[in-house]
This record gives sequence, C-alpha cells and structure tokens, in this order.
Amino acid sequence: MTTTAPALVDFDDVVAGYEPTLGLEVHVELSTNTKMFCGCPTDFGAEPNTQVCPTCLGLPGSLPVVNRSAVEAAIRIGLALNCSIAPWGRFARKNYFYPDMPKNFQTSQYDEPIAVNGWMDVTLEDGEVVRVGIERAHMEEDTGKSLHVGGADGRIHGAEYSLLDYNRAGVPLIEIVTKMIPGTGARAPEVARAYVTQLRDLIKSLGVSDVRMDQGSMRCDVNLSLSPTGSGVLGTRTETKNVNSLRSVERAVRYEMQRQAGVLDGGGVIVQETRHFEEQSGTTRPGRRKETSEDYRYFPEPDLVPIAPSAEWVEELRGTLPELPWEHRKRIQEAWGLSDEELRDLVNAGALELIEATVAEGAPAGEARSWWVAYLAQQANTRGVELAELPITPAQVARVIALVAAGDLNNKLARQVVDGVLAHEGEPDEVVESRGLKVVSDDGALIAAVDEALAAQPDVVEKIKGGKVQAAGAIVGAVMKATKGQADAKRVRELIIERCS
Amino acid sequence: MPADSGPAVAGPDSRGAISRDEVAHLARLARLAVTDDELDVFAGQLDVILGAVARVGEVAAEDIPPTSHAVPLQNVFRPDVRRPGLSQEQALACAPAAEEGRFRVPRILGEEQ
Repeated sequence: MTTTAPALVDFDDVVAGYEPTLGLEVHVELSTNTKMFCGCPTDFGAEPNTQVCPTCLGLPGSLPVVNRSAVEAAIRIGLALNCSIAPWGRFARKNYFYPDMPKNFQTSQYDEPIAVNGWMDVTLEDGEVVRVGIERAHMEEDTGKSLHVGGADGRIHGAEYSLLDYNRAGVPLIEIVTKMIPGTGARAPEVARAYVTQLRDLIKSLGVSDVRMDQGSMRCDVNLSLSPTGSGVLGTRTETKNVNSLRSVERAVRYEMQRQAGVLDGGGVIVQETRHFEEQSGTTRPGRRKETSEDYRYFPEPDLVPIAPSAEWVEELRGTLPELPWEHRKRIQEAWGLSDEELRDLVNAGALELIEATVAEGAPAGEARSWWVAYLAQQANTRGVELAELPITPAQVARVIALVAAGDLNNKLARQVVDGVLAHEGEPDEVVESRGLKVVSDDGALIAAVDEALAAQPDVVEKIKGGKVQAAGAIVGAVMKATKGQADAKRVRELIIERCS
Repeated sequence: MPADSGPAVAGPDSRGAISRDEVAHLARLARLAVTDDELDVFAGQLDVILGAVARVGEVAAEDIPPTSHAVPLQNVFRPDVRRPGLSQEQALACAPAAEEGRFRVPRILGEEQ
C-alpha cells in the first residue's frame, strides 16, 4: 500500500472537472432497554463486560430472541422515511472472524431488509430542497468495543494486543442506506451534512435513539465517487468510516472529492476500499481491507424465525408517528409569523426547541425568542458553548420574562437576574432576592430620588414647567443612575411631572 | 412464504471440485494457518462433503422453495424487559486471558478497524 501523500485538488477545480456521487450509510443505535437478541441492558458507559450474557457473548447453547421494541422502532423509522415495510423477512448471519463479535458472525439482515425504497426531502441552508432516495433500512446488532494496547494513540497499528468489552455487542442497530445521490456538484459536502442532520432530527423526534454522534449512538459512513463531468461513467467509490460529527461528514466528503480528483488527475485509479476519517487533520487514510460481500458467506439465521409484520401492525405503528421535525417547524413558522430566514436562523442557532420550551412555560413567543437569540445567544457565544449548554432552563427564562411583565423587573435588571442564574446563584427569584434587584416603585423611595435630581438641575425644572415635558428624560436618567437602574422608570416620569406642576 | 431463495450462499459450484485456492481463501477468511499439505488434504475432504450435500439438490425440484427454517413459526418476539446477565467475573471466567475487566486477545494482524 502506498503511503505517498495525495496531491489535493482545489475544490473549485474538482467541481469543474468531476461530478461527485454520494452515498450515505448511517447506523443508529436504538435506545431500547435491552439488546437486540437478549435481555442485557444497553446503558452507555457501564463498567466493561457488565452488560453481557451467554447470548451476546456467543456462548454455546445460547439462543437469541428478537426484541419486539427494536422491530417496532425499525418499522417506525422506515415509515418516517417513506419506505415500504417488507411483509416477510429473515435475519442473516454475516460471517467474519474478528474479535469485536464473539460469535464470529454478526446477526444482520441481508437481502430481506425490513424497510425499502423510501425518500427524505433534505432542505439546504438557502432553502433548496434535495430529495434523497432511501435504499433500505435494516436491523442488525452492534459489535463490541476494542481497545488496542501498545500501539500509538490506541490504534491497531503496532498494537501488541487488544482488549475487548462486549457491553455494546448486541445493542440494536438500524442501518439506513441511501440510494446513490448524483448531481449535487459543489454542494455535495453540504447535502451530506444536511441529510445526516435531518435524519438525526427525525430519529430524535421518533424517540427511538438519542442519536449522539459524540457517543457513537449515530455513526455515518460516507461513500463517494467521482466521474469526469459529462462522461456518464460512474467512478470507483471509497467508503469513509469514523465520521463522528456533522461537521466531519461535510469535511470527509470535501476531502475525498479533493483526494480522488488528485489521484485521477495524476492518471491513477481509485482503489475500492474502506478509509478512515482523521478528525484532527480532516483527512482520510486507507483502513481495513474490505472483504467482499461473498466473503461474508451470508445465510439465513437458523436460530431466528422470520419476521412478518401484518398490515394492521404496520398501520398501528404509522399511527404512532409524531409530527415530523420539518412539519413541526412549518407549523411553528406560521404560528410565530417567521420568515424562512428567521426560522433557519433559529434552527441553526439551536434555539427553536429552547424557545418552544420557554413558550410552553408560559412566556409569550416574541419575548422568549428575543431572549434566546439576543442576550442568551451572546452569552453562549462569549462562553464558546452551544445555546442549549448554558446553565439556564427554559422555565427559568420564562420566569424572568414573567417578572418583567409583572413590573417587578425592568430589562436591565432582568439581564442581571439572568447573569445570576448563569453564575449558578439559583432560581431567578432567589437571584432577585440575593442581589436585591427588584424594581423600586415604592413612592417614598422614588420621591426622595426625584426631588434630589430636580434640585440638582433647576434649569430642567424650568423647561418642564414651561411645557417641555420631554425634558423630563434627563431627570429620569439621573434618577435611574442614582438608583442603580432599579427605579420603575414609568413611575419616575409620572412623579417628575407631578412635582413640576 | 415468497418463493424467493435465501441469501446467496457463496462458495464453489457444489457439483464441481473444490480447488486448493478456494480452500486457501476460506482458511484466510477463518484466520486459520493451513499448510500446503493440509490444503490438498482439506480440498479432497471438503469435496466429499460438498458432494454429499449436493445430493439434496438432486431431490429438490423447481417447485420446492429452499427451506431455511424447519418450524412453521414467525414473529417470535420478547418484550423489551431486562433480564439478569453475567457479572464481569463470570463473563471473564473462561477467557484464556483478561485485563482491566476486558477479554485480552492477540494482536490483530493486517487489519485496521
């Protein structure tokens, strides 16, 4: 295998000379209570080999039994992706010898996937819609986790031995495979990212997985090939694995386009291979030499009987589908009177759900939106965290909004209350109490401050007395300053007019 | 049941002789170190086995769909309820080697996960 660094072609030149064809395989780990074929827990992060049993360890004499909830989740995912649900299908054994599967085969579905032939309309940032065909969604089981000891960076290369934890072995997986996505040109990286993002949102809305790419409960393999523009000949594809974030999906596509163009421009050929995405450098390197489909010697799993979902069952599950994320957004957009651009900004900022939750806590939509996209977005930005990661809940934001509406806080004080909550000083009411932030509308205290300000600026008093009521603004300012912003500005203005008349 | 056949079973034409190369390929897939002499021995033995199995094909006519399951059952499910499994100690009890609560296996050659 050659290790010479490939000459990357400038992205614009790649697009000028080649047409990319994309294909995406997404694995989703279901958040069922138990594994696909046994009653072991599926919790993330447990001590190694504490969520195992004879079945998922492949011990002699053990027999698998299918998890009904996992099948239901698979059917619901299929339906949400506009797939047909196969009325009859079997599991198959995918045979390979690798220690990540103690059985020496992975129970999967081969030529009888549970869901086939669907589609999803993917909306890009500028509103362009690309229909992505779904080839299939099938059920399988996850593998164990390997820890390679003795090599650099825990990698297998140069490792002396490997350590295996089978907690993850047997966790239900749904693999969702797109049809080939041609004709995306320069937007291929963006389309790939938008597809995975939208698929993540969809699966999340179904409540069947927590779809955390950072924890591996959603993983993406990127297939990409280039064909010379206008040639109509499909190029050889590579499959890039280890693409563990939405950003990486985009980067992996872009890099493979640039790399493959470099190879092709240099008169080389693309090797059909599995490549590994390197998060640090944003590059890909050759990975495991892939066995051909024939080498896996698939055959029907004799230990599991066929699955034949009745039409009634499928319709019952269709009835459980929630409002899909994009339908939901459409409805919110109309309800809140947002432009396409405003909606997109909210979605991209990760603010939509937070605003909705704030509204659900009783806040008016306008104010909830204003808090999350302005002051709180600013705070998140300063701290370099996502909006959702700020240590303030929608309920707390709604409480602050309610305090402002009741006249207990003005906007300036409200921001200080929010600062207090963000600084872990407690609930909004506790911060108001401890920081002494309540608006002062008690006349006794205000009159003293107003009189003091009036005495300091006799010329202004004359103007007001002469009918120039707008001059009162200067006095209001002075009172606010004297009360550290805590005075009820409306009441202050009323008092000034009263005292000057 | 659809008349469709099951997943394609890879391998040699069951009526033909299995070649030495095919045995070597299978040995590689199974991660078995097989000597040159053994390749010849196994090729002959596997040939006999495949020949015996192939006789089933002579009995089964076109109108008999391939059978993958001997029992006429479908949709056998279990509820998504946890059941007690093994402790780490029990799980590792029969392992030839273990370390840090994990199964220890020899290094994996020529593969990249």
